[in-house]
Amino acid sequence: MKRKTRMTVTSNRCLTDGIYSMTLQYPEGEAPDAVNPGQFAGIYTGNPAMLLPRPISICEWDPACRTLRFVFRVAGAGTAELAAMKEGSRTDMLGVLGNGYDLSALADRKVLLLGGGIGIPPMVGLAEALHDLPGTEVTAAMGYRDNNLFLTEELTACSRLLIATEDGSVGTSGNVLDAVRENAIEADVVCACGPMPMLRAVAGYAKEKGIPAYISLEERMACGVGACLGCVTRTREVDAHSHVRNARICTEGPVFRAEEVEIG
Amino acid sequence: MSADRNSSEWTNKGALPDMSVEIAGVTLKNPVMTASGTFGSGMEYSEFVDLNHLGAVVTKGVANVPWEGNPTPRVAEVYGGMLNAIGLQNPGIDVFIERDLAFLKQFDTKVIVNVCGHTEEEYLEVVERLADQPVDMLEINVSCPNVKQGAIQFGQDPKCLCDITEKIKRVAGQPVIMKLTPNVTDIAQMARAAEAGGADAISLINTLMGMKIDVEKRKFVLANKTGGLSGPAIKPVAVRMVWQAAQAVRIPVIGMGGIASAEDAVEFMLAGASAVAVGAMNFHDPYLTQKVVDGMEQYLIRHNISTARELTGAVL
Ligand SMILES: Cc1cc2nc3c(=O)[nH]c(=O)nc-3n(C[C@H](O)[C@H](O)[C@H](O)COP(=O)(O)OP(=O)(O)OC[C@H]3O[C@@H](n4cnc5c(N)ncnc54)[C@H](O)[C@@H]3O)c2cc1C
Ligand SMILES: Cc1cc2nc3c(=O)[nH]c(=O)nc-3n(C[C@H](O)[C@H](O)[C@H](O)COP(=O)(O)O)c2cc1C
Ligand code: FES
Repeated sequence: MKRKTRMTVTSNRCLTDGIYSMTLQYPEGEAPDAVNPGQFAGIYTGNPAMLLPRPISICEWDPACRTLRFVFRVAGAGTAELAAMKEGSRTDMLGVLGNGYDLSALADRKVLLLGGGIGIPPMVGLAEALHDLPGTEVTAAMGYRDNNLFLTEELTACSRLLIATEDGSVGTSGNVLDAVRENAIEADVVCACGPMPMLRAVAGYAKEKGIPAYISLEERMACGVGACLGCVTRTREVDAHSHVRNARICTEGPVFRAEEVEIG
Repeated sequence: MSADRNSSEWTNKGALPDMSVEIAGVTLKNPVMTASGTFGSGMEYSEFVDLNHLGAVVTKGVANVPWEGNPTPRVAEVYGGMLNAIGLQNPGIDVFIERDLAFLKQFDTKVIVNVCGHTEEEYLEVVERLADQPVDMLEINVSCPNVKQGAIQFGQDPKCLCDITEKIKRVAGQPVIMKLTPNVTDIAQMARAAEAGGADAISLINTLMGMKIDVEKRKFVLANKTGGLSGPAIKPVAVRMVWQAAQAVRIPVIGMGGIASAEDAVEFMLAGASAVAVGAMNFHDPYLTQKVVDGMEQYLIRHNISTARELTGAVL
């Protein structure tokens, strides 16, 4: 059940240049939402001039502590307000939104996780969930701009981690697919989140290898719950909800089978 | 929310105010509706609010055939509001009747279907298809700024507006609300044109045409370049236009534009609206429609007013 909840900021800190980690806790006595990796929440800035919640992926969740963790980049005024939130303050959250990854399609497989930049956070929660599934082998190739790495400890704990950097300062020089090739990684299925050029390359890579690819898409959102039709992506087939070739990223997504969508 | 009704403070004060209003012979249990396009066909927000508590659900615009809408980005946030250029994406009237209308009929609320088209024929086709359907009213969107062809031109020329209203009235099986655009010089003239064409009611305002440019990228933020502005940023314009329109016609006026609270809703009623619609602020607070209903009831009690309809035009 989706809801808007008044959360408490239990921690908010800078991980590296412009990247923040924020943990939000559900109110006392309220059961936390069940989370599927790849899902996101809409976080409100508290500034009344900014009406719309910011869609941010759930990075990790801890039902025992009733917390959700988000890792975000300061990309504009709204995320700057989120970065400035003090521990102990409160903020509204709309969640939990979107479909997330279908774990049953990943169980018992060799899964390759690819994350680029601020597409890395949801891959952490996914890697942790897959790590708990017996028989599933997880390799994560994460792409950073430079040596300002983040979330590597979490990923090392639950996957074989490969790093690629654009400037070559750590790991493979180049992108995540360069790292995959350099290390001769073979996989049965690939999951990816990152900038559109990376997702296109991943879709091409999966096609070439003949393996399924699940990719997480991004679009400007207003409602976050499927009502406004703001956040659509072109689909190959007529979509069951829209009856045109448009699926709502906030509702049918953000995770799609690569061949379902036209990201040409 | 409705727990308040049982509190002693309430019952001690005697009877609760009568929240019902009447529009073109249709009685709404309260004056609060949803603004077209901000509430889908109710399904998504029914997770947050009990649709049985709303005066009416106004659906997203529906056309004779499915429309793909505009390319993305379709939405952008601006100070105190947002721009949208959805382009009236909709699944077409057949799917609408089969799925969306069937869903809405499960609830004890009025159903108002918002109708869009590129041409006169397209509007008439949808209106005719709906004539024998379990729909309480039609709202005709002759005011969308986001589709290139048709739509808004009907709403910007008084002669065209009067003309299309007459033609729709001839085939409509339900009372007809004409939805007016604020993108005109003289809103009173447009309101009178709709009334002259036989409209049973008018609703306003639709969005104000706007634009946002990303100065770092030197690019338009919306793929459509222009988009409709909505949200609290437009409320003073909307209140003024509702007041002017209400002064100009005898048919009921439905007011909307930036409603964010029960007080905002009351403001529209005082300006002359018989009912109100909550739009973009649903995106900020998915519970808002219910809060506006509850808050309006409390306003009436606080001011010792026994019926919601007394608010209409009651600015002193
Ligand atoms: C499903 C999903 C998951 C995301 N997960 C993360 C994450 O885990 N970490 C992270 O750092 N970022 C994530 N993003 C991107 C994040 O939503 C934007 O960076 C953020 O909204 C920017 O807000 P702003 O006010 O700082 O920027 P501004 O540019 O000032 O924002 C203006 C408006 O545009 C919207 N907007 C701007 N950029 C984007 C964008 N890239 N995607 C969607 N809306 C945008 C904002 O929400 C706001 O409504 C995700 C986006 C989506 C759609
Ligand atoms: C995302 C979005 C979609 C809309 N779609 C429609 C539509 O399909 N038909 C219509 O008549 N008005 C549409 N509108 C206009 C609203 O119904 C309303 O008139 C306007 O937004 C002003 O009210 P608000 O400020 O409360 O949103 C839309 C508005 C928004 C924000
Ligand atoms: S953001 Fe409104 S439909 Fe996805």
